[in-house]
Amino acid sequence: MLEFGILFPSILNGVTTGAVYALIALGLTLIYGVLHIINFAHGALLMVALYAVYLLKRHLGIDPYLALPLVVPAMFALGYALQRVVINRASHGKDENILLVTLGLSIVLENLALMVFKSDTRTIETAYTLTTVQIGPAFIALPKLVAFGGALVASALLLLIVTRTDVGRAIRAVAREKQGARLVGIDVEHVYAMCFGIGLACLGAAACFLLPAYYVNPQVGSGFVLVAFTIVVLGGMGSFAGALLGGLLIGVVESLSGLLLGESLGQIGIFAIFIAVLLLRPQGLFGARA
Amino acid sequence: MKRDLAGIAAFALAVVALAVLLDSGVWLTFAMMALYGALLAQAWNLLGGYGGQFSFGHALFFGVGAYAQVIAQVTHGVNAWAALALAIAAAGGVGLFVGALAFRYGLKGSYFALVTLAFAEVFRIGALSVEFTGAGVGMMLPLKESIANLQFGSRRGFLLLIGGFVVVALLVTAWLRHSRFGARLQAVRDNEDAAMAVGVDPYRVKLAAIGLSGAFMGAAGAFYVQVFQYIDPGIAFGPHVSVEALVGAIVGGMGTLWGPLLGALALHALADVTRNLFGQLPGLNMVIYGVVLVLIVMFLPRGLTGAGQPLVRWWRRRRD
Repeated sequence: MLEFGILFPSILNGVTTGAVYALIALGLTLIYGVLHIINFAHGALLMVALYAVYLLKRHLGIDPYLALPLVVPAMFALGYALQRVVINRASHGKDENILLVTLGLSIVLENLALMVFKSDTRTIETAYTLTTVQIGPAFIALPKLVAFGGALVASALLLLIVTRTDVGRAIRAVAREKQGARLVGIDVEHVYAMCFGIGLACLGAAACFLLPAYYVNPQVGSGFVLVAFTIVVLGGMGSFAGALLGGLLIGVVESLSGLLLGESLGQIGIFAIFIAVLLLRPQGLFGARA
Repeated sequence: MKRDLAGIAAFALAVVALAVLLDSGVWLTFAMMALYGALLAQAWNLLGGYGGQFSFGHALFFGVGAYAQVIAQVTHGVNAWAALALAIAAAGGVGLFVGALAFRYGLKGSYFALVTLAFAEVFRIGALSVEFTGAGVGMMLPLKESIANLQFGSRRGFLLLIGGFVVVALLVTAWLRHSRFGARLQAVRDNEDAAMAVGVDPYRVKLAAIGLSGAFMGAAGAFYVQVFQYIDPGIAFGPHVSVEALVGAIVGGMGTLWGPLLGALALHALADVTRNLFGQLPGLNMVIYGVVLVLIVMFLPRGLTGAGQPLVRWWRRRRD
C-alpha cells in the first residue's frame, strides 16, 4: 500500500496545502509576536476574505488572482481599523480580554455569514479549475500549484517588509521592547494596528490563492483556526521560520493521516500534534522560551 | 455566608413557586432553558471565574455527560437516575484527566483556552467516527415517561430538576467563597507565584476546580439529553455550549455568586425578545451572544453584577 506512487502525490498535495497554511499562520504569528495576543478571529476573518473573493468573482466576474490587489488592501484596512477601534479599546491591559473579544468577533462574523449566505458550501468555476499538471508520477491541480507558488512569494514579501523596511524595523522594535520603542518616538498604537493589518492582509492573499481549488461556507474558518494555531505553536509563537516549516509539515501530516486513517479521522492527527506540542514543548520547535 | 445561604434559600423557594404557579408552557420552557443556561455558566464560573482558567472547550464535559447518560440507558439498560450519577462522574473524570495533563505542564492563559478547545474537537471528531456513539447519526433516548426514567410529562418536573442542579451549584459556589479551598483557588487565580510562596499547591487546587466544573457540565449534558432525547457530536462537543457557558458567566460577572445566573437570565431574555422581533433565523442567537460578549468586555469588564455594585452599595448606605 505504501508505495512511492501513492505516497508521493499525497506528500505533494500536503506540501501545496501546507504553503497556504503557512501563509495564514504567518499572519497569526506576526500578530502574536508583536502584540502578544492570540487572534482567535483569524479563521473567521479568513472566511470573510474568502467570501469577498467569491462575491467579486460571482457578481463582477473578477478572477480570484486578479482580485489580489483589491482584497489584500481591503483586509489590511479592516485589520488596521479593528485593532484601533475594537481590540485596543477592549483590552483594559489584560490579555484574556483580547482573547475574549476576538472570540466574540469570530462568533459574530461566522453567524452573520450564516444568516446572510445560509450554510451552503459555495465554489467558483474558472477556466483553469480542472487543469492538472504532471509532476513525476503525480498529477496536481494547477490552482494548487499556483497557491503553492503564490503563498511562498507572499511569505517572502512579508519577510522583506519586516526585515528591510522602516515599518518592519518599527515592528521589530515594538516586539522586542515596547517602552523603549515608545521612547525613541515610535507610535506604538500605529505599529500595533499595522501589524494587525498586515496579518489580515496575509489572509486576503491566502483567500485569493485558496478559493479556485477550495470552497467557502460560514464554518470554513474554524477548520483553519486550529490548524493555524497548531502551526504557530509547533513553530514557536512569533517565529517566522517556524511558521513556514510548521505549515509545510502540518500540510503533509494532514495529507498523510488522511490517506492512512480516512478523511474524518485524519484531522485528529493535527489535534494530536497540537495537544502534544502544547503539553511537551509549548515553546515550539524553534521558539526560544515558553 | 449567612446572607449567601439566605439568598439561595429564597431562590430555591422561587423556583418551586414558579414550577407550581406557572401555567403557560412558554414561560415554563423559558424558565427551564434560562436555568439550564445558568447551570452552564455556573459550571464555567467555578473554573474560569474563581480559578482564573479560561476554557474555550467546556462543551467537552457537557458532551461526555450527555453521551454517558444516553449510552448507559440505551446500550446498557441502566436506570436513568443511576445513569445521571454515571454521567456526572464521567464528566468530572474527563475534567480531572484534561486538568492533570494541562496543569501538570503548567499551561495557562491562552494556551489553556486553546488546549481545551482542541480536546473538545478531538472528542467531536471521535464521536463522529466510532460506533458506540452512533457516529454522525447521533443517539435517541426512547420516550418512556415516568419519574423513575427521569422523564416528566410536563416541563414542571424538568424545571424542578434543573432548579435543583442550579441550587447545588450555588451552594458549591457559596462554599468556594467562604472555605479554605476557595481561598486557595482565588489566591492561585490572583497570583500563582505568591500563592505558591505561602504553601498552596496550584496544581492540586486547579485540578479540583476543573473536576468540579466538569461534573456540573456533565449534569447539564445529562439534563439536555433527558429533555430533548437526542444528542449528536455537533450538539455535544460543538462550540455552542462552550460559548453559552463562557458568555453567561462573563456577562453576569466572573467570580461572583449570582453573576452566572443573572447573565444567563439576561441572555435568554434578550435572545427571546429578538426571536420575537425577527423570527427564527439560523445564527441570530449566536450573533447576539457574540455582540454582547464584545460589548461587555469593552464597557463592563466586571459584568452586570460589577456594574450593579454601586447601586447595591448606595441602597445599603441608605438603609443604615
